[in-house]
Amino acid sequence: MSKVAEIIARNENSIRADWLDNMSNSIQRDDLMSKAELREQTSQLLSSIIQGIKVDESAKLDGSAWNPAKELLQEISASRARQGFTPSETAQFVLSLKQPLFSVMRREISDSDELFHAVTTITALLDRLSLLTSEAYMATREELIARQQQELIELSTPVVKLWEGILALPIIGTLDSARTQVVMESLLQTVVATNSKFAIIDITGVPTVDTLVAQHLLKTITAARLMGAECIISGVRPQIAQTIVHLGIDLTQVITKAKLSDAFALALQRSGRTVVRIAAGGSSTNKGAGLPTPMTAPKEE
Amino acid sequence: MSVLKREQLPLKTSSDVVAARQRVRQWATDLRFSLVDQTKLVTAASELARNALDHGQGGLMTMEVVNGLAKTGLRLIFEDTGPGIADIEMAMKDGFTTGSGMGLGLGGSKRLVNEFSIESQVGKGTKITVLRWK
Amino acid sequence: MERIPILRMGDFLLITIQVDMHDKLAMQLQDDVTGRIADWASIGVLIDISSLEIVDSFIGRMLANIAAMSRVLGAETVVVGMQPAVAITLVELGMSLPGVRTALNVESGMELLYQSRAALGTGTGNERIEA
Repeated sequence: MSKVAEIIARNENSIRADWLDNMSNSIQRDDLMSKAELREQTSQLLSSIIQGIKVDESAKLDGSAWNPAKELLQEISASRARQGFTPSETAQFVLSLKQPLFSVMRREISDSDELFHAVTTITALLDRLSLLTSEAYMATREELIARQQQELIELSTPVVKLWEGILALPIIGTLDSARTQVVMESLLQTVVATNSKFAIIDITGVPTVDTLVAQHLLKTITAARLMGAECIISGVRPQIAQTIVHLGIDLTQVITKAKLSDAFALALQRSGRTVVRIAAGGSSTNKGAGLPTPMTAPKEE
Repeated sequence: MSVLKREQLPLKTSSDVVAARQRVRQWATDLRFSLVDQTKLVTAASELARNALDHGQGGLMTMEVVNGLAKTGLRLIFEDTGPGIADIEMAMKDGFTTGSGMGLGLGGSKRLVNEFSIESQVGKGTKITVLRWK
Repeated sequence: MERIPILRMGDFLLITIQVDMHDKLAMQLQDDVTGRIADWASIGVLIDISSLEIVDSFIGRMLANIAAMSRVLGAETVVVGMQPAVAITLVELGMSLPGVRTALNVESGMELLYQSRAALGTGTGNERIEA
């Protein structure tokens, strides 16, 4: 055990008292946390830090001796975030331990080189520990955002059954890799569930198509093809068509249509169906066309 | 990152590769990975286990459940004491076409996981570590 | 050693893969299929993989090999029932199985085989399934 660690371990009680006493009101936040809870947190944190520093005083914080401290900091971060502390307040809570530690070092070390070493060691350590609290806070927020994003994505890409065996997937908004995953899964599962051989992916609502978006679309189309379903891309605006050609994206293997109605007509045709106009007088026929019920021509998009 | 659970399986025969796949499937299910993520992980495990057997002359798979910051993951480590890979960069390129059987499937496996690292020494062996977060 | 059973349906072969195959079993299947095509002069092979939860590069190559070898022997191959998670993983893996025709299920797969049989001009071509 290093001299720094030994000094801290020996003076644990007075350090803790000093830390609590000198915690400024801004860090204490009586409104959010009781004195008793604060005492508990400082006590646990200090002893876990001592546990770590006894084995390794470097600020690398690897090695199992530091795990209790790291886990405790994560818990403290999470619970304080829930209670309404800002991440800065939590980080400062950890940093406020510096002063009591410096005081103790000053009292016990007379040699100036040794004192300097002690101060830099403590500084590096506590800086790293307080950064951990910020990282933990951000990780929790990020996880929440990811979950909300997921829900949003699932809500915003419905798969619609246009006809027996023909699905439509209107995409509104940007298509990033996370969304593509959800879109792919959703589409393919519906393909299986409805036994649909055709899926029309409409990109009227996709603002830009760059190489990445094209790649995502191609992945979806390839996956569908592997399963035995054909995809048609519709809603290709003139600007998009230009971009695609300029970027040199190869869509020769893909059927594309400017309008959803054209794509639908093609899918109907490819699935052996045709559309008949009902004769005046209301007579209709089911034979030959293979349609379950008569249908009028689709409206213009 | 802390390791919550750990298990090791030998990779000495082709039945071991099947057993390894099924064990990874079991753990991924227990951890409640989504079906697609499970499939990706088990497929990567199958590729890498087979590599260790066919190219690495047999080896070992270690499975670990790890805890990161606010997330859980499944880590798989494939080690063999085979001839090692001389040119790792080449090996990571997508070398296979269906039918020719070339390429070690490493580049593909990398795309199936969140984290991928490879250490290899010619004459000593290879160690590949992959991880997928839930 | 256990083998994947190959059923004969007239001019076609029907193979349902329901077990998690180890490599030797997959190689055995490749051999068996080519043998059977020769024995029975089959002109179509239907492989049902709806029970397969994993298709890795080895299995993928097996499927592509069966399709290629069958074609040389004059038979069309259709793979049916691929699960969505499997398709997504294969695409990420970089395998698109070129040369392998696919269909959603056994019915549509058989329809494809009937169509190519009719195109070949063999058989009466009258046994069509209504869409």
